[in-house]
Amino acid sequence: MPAASSVEIRKVNKHFGSFHALKDVDLSIPPGKVTCLIGPSGSGKSTLLRCINFLEEYDSGEVRIDGQLIGYDAPGKKMSGRKLREMRRSIGMVFQQFNLWPHMTAKENVAEGLIRVRGMSKSEAEGRAAEALAKVGLADKMANHPSRLSGGQQQRVAIARAIAMEPKLMLFDEPTSALDPELVGEVLNVMKTLAGEGMTMVVVTHEMGFAAHVADQVVFMEKGELVGVDSPDRILHHPEDARIQSFLRTYHERNSF
Amino acid sequence: MFSFAVFFESFGPLFWAARYTLLISVLGIGLGLVIGTLVCAARLSPYLPLRRFAAIWVSFLRGVPLLVQLLVFYYTLPVIGLDVPPTVAAVVTVGICASAYISEIWRGAIAALPKGQTEAAVAIGMNPRDVWTRVILPQAVTLSLPALINELILLVKASSLVSVVGILEITRASQAQAATTFRPLEVYIAAACIYLLINLCLAALGRYLEHRTAV
Repeated sequence: MPAASSVEIRKVNKHFGSFHALKDVDLSIPPGKVTCLIGPSGSGKSTLLRCINFLEEYDSGEVRIDGQLIGYDAPGKKMSGRKLREMRRSIGMVFQQFNLWPHMTAKENVAEGLIRVRGMSKSEAEGRAAEALAKVGLADKMANHPSRLSGGQQQRVAIARAIAMEPKLMLFDEPTSALDPELVGEVLNVMKTLAGEGMTMVVVTHEMGFAAHVADQVVFMEKGELVGVDSPDRILHHPEDARIQSFLRTYHERNSF
Repeated sequence: MFSFAVFFESFGPLFWAARYTLLISVLGIGLGLVIGTLVCAARLSPYLPLRRFAAIWVSFLRGVPLLVQLLVFYYTLPVIGLDVPPTVAAVVTVGICASAYISEIWRGAIAALPKGQTEAAVAIGMNPRDVWTRVILPQAVTLSLPALINELILLVKASSLVSVVGILEITRASQAQAATTFRPLEVYIAAACIYLLINLCLAALGRYLEHRTAV
């Protein structure tokens, strides 16, 4: 496992037109730890996550990966495409909708980045892809196209695609929100394994159980601001802020029967 | 009365003329694919002048009937001192006209791809060229196949218009045949049968390709 990255977010702002999506966000993400971002939809969790690999271009402030500013060479001066791609190589991302490439098999999905981005030979890449797929428990599904896989299996292929690149940081954007409830567990288990190996992980999630048991740090966001950053226990079991209490109350009501 | 003898005898000359119909439609769509792809690339480019040019190209060619385009092009050539055989003029005009529709077919297919497809490629650090050739275009080709086959079928039928510049394709040949036999009904029904046969074959080819590329 390569060294784990840390992320420093300072005074980050993001607007979508006149909508102020992120307001002066400050957050430290320690290396080798799991940080969960929770909060109501539209609170800016996903936007913040996507700023970390510059999939979303923040307007001002700084996002630093291991001290290196991403997206800009200096404030207001965009980084070259080549440099940005270089930085993204060591940041894995897993999406809510999996975003597997439907015209490729599971193995080809995983091998593609290794061939195109890491410059590996086809056979070397396929060997590595097979290892990554075995790690997420899909050794027997390598030849399947995504349309022949369940949602949970597709998301595990997507995780394999990211970890095959040997990232030092993994971003998860609501990785289980598009899954049928019975398929959530298999994806969370793979994520737990990764967390156990000391990967730096930032996870936007509505899975409070995962946040409670796996996260080292939980961040509660609302209306583009960080309302609370603390241990899972303090945020989820003993929240002081009324906004967190109200969010958790709604969550518990919906999930009780 | 309907003369089956004339009807069946018409097939020989009309099949012979069908080679021009096929030549013009197939070369036309080939040229249309090349130009249409370039026009689509221009339409999606970050450079405003290119985008403007492509937009004007598409609206002009879609807005003027192919018959008028053919006549304008055909009568412009001698004015600018070019001596071009009618077949070449027809293929070029049909190709240019098709390029407008084909570029819009590509653009639609590319726009229909979920944004996440590109994001997944960008997030692992793929360069723009690979994003296009490995992720976007293979899927856009599959998505646009039905529309492209449709366009080819339209072209086979539209190629009847090139009879106005004197090319002896199916329609023109049947006009000649009708004039010599005094049996227009039989001859034109035979022509209709040949067009139908060609297009049923193309539709079958389309289904085969779609089946093969289905994922």
